[in-house]
Amino acid sequence: MVIGLQHYLILSAVLFSIGLYGVLAKRNAVIILMCVELMLNAVNITLVAFSRYVVPAMLTGQVFAIFVIVVAAAEVAVGLAIIFAIYRGLEDIDVSKINLLKW
Amino acid sequence: MALAIAFWLLAAVAVIAALGVVLLRNVFRAALSLILCFLMVAGLYITLSADFLAAVQILVYVGAISVLIILAIMMTREVQRGSPNSRFQIPAAIVAVLFLEVLILTLINTPWQISGTPPTAPTTSALANSLFGEGGYLLPVEIAAVLLLSAILGAIVLAREK
Repeated sequence: MVIGLQHYLILSAVLFSIGLYGVLAKRNAVIILMCVELMLNAVNITLVAFSRYVVPAMLTGQVFAIFVIVVAAAEVAVGLAIIFAIYRGLEDIDVSKINLLKW
Repeated sequence: MALAIAFWLLAAVAVIAALGVVLLRNVFRAALSLILCFLMVAGLYITLSADFLAAVQILVYVGAISVLIILAIMMTREVQRGSPNSRFQIPAAIVAVLFLEVLILTLINTPWQISGTPPTAPTTSALANSLFGEGGYLLPVEIAAVLLLSAILGAIVLAREK
């Protein structure tokens, strides 16, 4: 069986949905951040697969994937710093208890 | 044929590892599972003949981001509390499954225009040309550098002890 574009797209759809479930259903802020990384990885697979199968000579998708990785690294650094700051104040990173900005 | 076997192995392990991230009770094991998933994604990049991206994936995700995440888990003593689910666990599962269904139906029914050209084999020099070369992505590269700098400064300011 030949592996084509659709196999990669469906795989990345599965990974993205798992990440989406984790973001919606988890209360631990670090786990939520990990699931966001999972979703970004799924998007990267899609970009690289399109780059490989639709425009193999241009590498546009791979350039985009590199920028996504850069933004993901920045996002993780700032996100974990925010988690540290919240943890110092509240001694907890349960997102259902972080409700100071409710109104 | 070898490519197909590699794809199915990598895809199966990646999906199982991703499920481990959301299903494992122990936060530290979930982080290790996430690292395994990152490694499998790097392998998938190799099957897509994106060698440079595979190396970047291992350097940035497996090397740097996973260390940051494990550091965060150890700093916040979350291992004892585990990884609890919120009240929205069942609605979240329904939303995720419905989203997946719509996505897969769309992907299967769309006529993609597959090109028959073989892919560029070592991608590193071609990527460098399109990132830094004439008419390339030089401005986004510079903006990415500024973004990383501001992210580092923001992280230091946020995480610093008062």
